[in-house]
Amino acid sequence: MSEYYKPLPKPSPTSRPFWEAARRHELTIQRCGACREYVYYPRDRCPKCFADKLAWERVSGRGKVYSYTVVRRASSRAFADAPYVLAIVELAEGPRMTTNIVAPPEQVRVEMPVQVFFDDVTPDHTLVKFKPA
Amino acid sequence: MSLKGKAAAIGIGELKPVKEPGDLTALGLMARVAAEAIADAGLEKKDIDGFLVGVPFSDPGMIYPASAAEVLGLNLRMLNQVDIGGASPAGMIWRAAAAIDAGMCDAVLCVVADLNKAGDQRPPVVSVQREFEAPYGNIGANCGYAMIAHRHMHEYGTTARQMAKVAVDQRTNALKNPLATFNDKALTIDDVLNSRMIVDPLHLYEIVSPVSGGAAIVVASPEVAKRAKHPPIWLLGAGEAANHSTITYAPSITTSPIKPAAENAFKMAGLQPKDMDIVCPYDCYTITVIVTLEDAGFCKKGQGGPFVAEHDLTYAGDFPCNTHGGQLSFGQPGLAGGMSHVTEAIRQLMGRGGERQVKNAALGYVNGNGGIMSEQASLVLERRS
Repeated sequence: MSEYYKPLPKPSPTSRPFWEAARRHELTIQRCGACREYVYYPRDRCPKCFADKLAWERVSGRGKVYSYTVVRRASSRAFADAPYVLAIVELAEGPRMTTNIVAPPEQVRVEMPVQVFFDDVTPDHTLVKFKPA
Repeated sequence: MSLKGKAAAIGIGELKPVKEPGDLTALGLMARVAAEAIADAGLEKKDIDGFLVGVPFSDPGMIYPASAAEVLGLNLRMLNQVDIGGASPAGMIWRAAAAIDAGMCDAVLCVVADLNKAGDQRPPVVSVQREFEAPYGNIGANCGYAMIAHRHMHEYGTTARQMAKVAVDQRTNALKNPLATFNDKALTIDDVLNSRMIVDPLHLYEIVSPVSGGAAIVVASPEVAKRAKHPPIWLLGAGEAANHSTITYAPSITTSPIKPAAENAFKMAGLQPKDMDIVCPYDCYTITVIVTLEDAGFCKKGQGGPFVAEHDLTYAGDFPCNTHGGQLSFGQPGLAGGMSHVTEAIRQLMGRGGERQVKNAALGYVNGNGGIMSEQASLVLERRS
């Protein structure tokens, strides 16, 4: 197995449930029990109403490409294998995520429907990426 | 409370950026531009009693201002670092005016300098960005601006040729700026579009080039400004805003916090965008200028593309914009890139624009932009007749 050189997430006490769910291939994000807002990335309090009532909820994994870029030349040596598609995906539940679209770059469009998939990049780390729906 | 007319910029110092820093140091560059700005103001170092500094990427450290002040040999009544990214220099100007208006000091040295060495990596970003951005390759500023550009094209029909026009007109300005890094060759729209695609839809010539350099500005009380060598350039209005750090989590990626920052700056000044004789919007990328002109109110939202295509943005044109060439042609010496917009506005309003002087320039708008359209600091500046 080839070594993985790219940066890996180091979960915090706040975010650990998100990454643990990803390893199970489940997309779970926080939702505020007070204002019902879905929240990404994980927080300690709701960034909208500031209530201390965030709970984890499994979501659909459906979304659309809010915007994207094809990185032809990366700012970081770790991504010297460019090109890759970096995107902002807007989940059906509302929040936006930074992610990768795994598809030929020329196929990617703004507003394109996408579906989550889980990329087990190391035995201990799973990244949340998307493919065309 | 208002800062209108409470302080003036009276002196500037700025170095021609260099691509290879050689034996330069960031602190050494700060000393050079500080000396230049203090002399330009007609003051002596002992007159400086306030100090605002940006921490260089190349020589970072905590508790930075006193260390830098010690190197410069300053004796201060107010000191701080300003850490709002590329908006730091514009943000320094109103902070200096506020400190002066509060009676804390009378003459503030605002200084930024940095080195860019090939292969250097910027220091690690904060933990949430290491966790949720870096693993996907959202590293550096290019990607965020590219995604803004794509969304802007989708929502408003902005074209690649319109974006390229910004780089072309600003290059025409740079040809008359001896301090600009790229001032030897004019550009055409096709040159820009034929340059290498770096992050779709942004080409190489739409992206700032990191260089080494520094700049400083002296902001003074009305009393000190009476002794100035050049016409004082008064702060009439200032506004600041931020609502995100990473663009993914911004309420809108095509409408920026420049909107409230500029609105507040114009409101304080009692003026409108159409009153400005020159504009100096932060231009880390071509799309940044288009979004800024929209959000600051120079054109309607979504019309920034047609606006830059229809107007002549050169010093001789109907809408003089970044007459120093912008950072796209001046180069980006760390935070001093952002200061280049402020120094250029001051230079033009003082009437020291040389071959690129805009005739009868009395009012100017400056915007400083940090991160990915995150921190915003807008200024309205005036030369009184």
